[in-house]
Amino acid sequence: MARERRGVEIVDTFAEAFDMRAARVIVTAASDAWARTAATSMTGFATSVIGCKVEAGIEAMLSPDATPDGRPGASVLVFAFNAEGLGTRLVERVGQTVLTCPTTACFDGLPAATDRVPVGSVLRHFGDKLQSSKFLDGRRYWRVPVMEGEFLVQDAFGMQKAIGGGNLLILARDQAAALSAAEAAAAAMRNVPGVILPFPGGIVRAGSKVGAKRYKNMIASTNEAYCPTVRGRVGVESQLPESVNSVLEIVIDGLDRGAIEAAMRVGLDAACQPGVVQISAGNYGGKLGKHHFRLHEL
Amino acid sequence: MITLTLKEQPSVPLEAEVLSPDVTAQLSTAGIRALPVYLGKRQRRVDDFFEVDGGSSDQITIRGDASRVKWLGRAMTRGRIVVDGNAGMHLGAYMSGGTIEVSGNGSDWVGAEMSGGLIRIGGNAGGQIGAAYRGSSTGMRDGTILIGGSAGLEVGMRMKRGIIAVSGPVRDFAGLQMKGGTIVLGCGAELRTGAWMIRGTIISLGPVPLMPTFSYAATYVPGFLRIYSAYLSSLGITLPFDERRGAYRRYTGDTSVPGKGEILIWAPRGA
Repeated sequence: MARERRGVEIVDTFAEAFDMRAARVIVTAASDAWARTAATSMTGFATSVIGCKVEAGIEAMLSPDATPDGRPGASVLVFAFNAEGLGTRLVERVGQTVLTCPTTACFDGLPAATDRVPVGSVLRHFGDKLQSSKFLDGRRYWRVPVMEGEFLVQDAFGMQKAIGGGNLLILARDQAAALSAAEAAAAAMRNVPGVILPFPGGIVRAGSKVGAKRYKNMIASTNEAYCPTVRGRVGVESQLPESVNSVLEIVIDGLDRGAIEAAMRVGLDAACQPGVVQISAGNYGGKLGKHHFRLHEL
Repeated sequence: MITLTLKEQPSVPLEAEVLSPDVTAQLSTAGIRALPVYLGKRQRRVDDFFEVDGGSSDQITIRGDASRVKWLGRAMTRGRIVVDGNAGMHLGAYMSGGTIEVSGNGSDWVGAEMSGGLIRIGGNAGGQIGAAYRGSSTGMRDGTILIGGSAGLEVGMRMKRGIIAVSGPVRDFAGLQMKGGTIVLGCGAELRTGAWMIRGTIISLGPVPLMPTFSYAATYVPGFLRIYSAYLSSLGITLPFDERRGAYRRYTGDTSVPGKGEILIWAPRGA
């Protein structure tokens, strides 16, 4: 049964999400600007595991009193399909984007996690045996000599089970209304701790389906059921009402179910704006992901 | 809570390694009174020397001048010992957890070969703090020792991990054959600081005469000091790291070993 919020229909469906592994990386720097620069660089090209092997985003900017070394920082969440992949991606990204960025240091943001993935203990080799370490309060920190001074990075990072692929579909009368609603939803969802919106600006216009109907080797292809320009084509089972001419999606990765639910709840509410026809969600009939987020239960 | 009040200063050192939270937590008052201690070669009872009040607790308070009572808290793993006065040699040796607080002075071998826990001495201490016993290859393996006053020879000898912070002056051979860990010297030290050190960090907030086998590297504020400063600040110790106030001159050595250790000497801006 359909429900409405401020004139927007909330479709009786669910978002289908998957198990992932996640790490929280705290990047600090001499200033808020450099912390943001490093975090932005670290989370670049990390929109979807399909093509990027990892999904990442800035969870929050941190004040000096919330970071391990008392400097401005950023909390970055990184998601991958498995522990091995997460470890590899962390080493690549911290090594190429944080180690190289002026004034930064890098710390584990999940200290209570029992599963650990080596990061500093791999990156230390950049020091060519001139590196050193300090061990304090059960944690090892590597000091890697660099031209600017020293790069400080924690030996291992915590890793935990997480959920990727929570989503909202915003179906609107036109592109401007869809974008306005999606921007409002993304802004509201970014305030929820424990989640990231990995796509550009938190919004994706190119939602995908698994595989392709017309190309054998494609891992993913356009989700034509929500593409307005092919509505009515033979072989396309459109899900769009007649009045819908633009759709935007917000994908949510979270450290746990509660975080994703909270983000979807505030996002859904914020997206109910003039010009929006429906709020829906993407799923695969419940066959692929075990985490289902029913819109009517948010 | 168990309170032990020293009746009178022993004529010779009293070996009282049984005065540990791990032991007293399991015993009644009568059981604690009957624990064996050694006065020289003679075995005696705890209540020959102490008034005992309370039992079955890992919180111990010792009152009186216990400067001749040795091995207090030996190998303790938990609980708390408060010495309201002075403590004798080998305080907290081999301990791996818990807390020891001494309001007066300590003596030699405080926290020798400890592997965890916290020892805080309000006054002065002797030599060989956190050190390796003679013939042993490794001293302190982890934990924290804080000395409010001065300290003697060979502080942190062969230590591998952990922190020793001495607020007052320190005598010769601080960090001798150090393998790791951190020594903080609030007022500097006398001769041969860091001799034969292989790894580890000696931080001095006062001047230190350096051996010629240490080489100047750079003047900067290492990032890890911010972490250490936060940790020590929680224990009431100030470790400066504000670049507007100064920086640390880093010296590496001891190249006679050769070593990968460092001595960081605070250089206030404008001084």
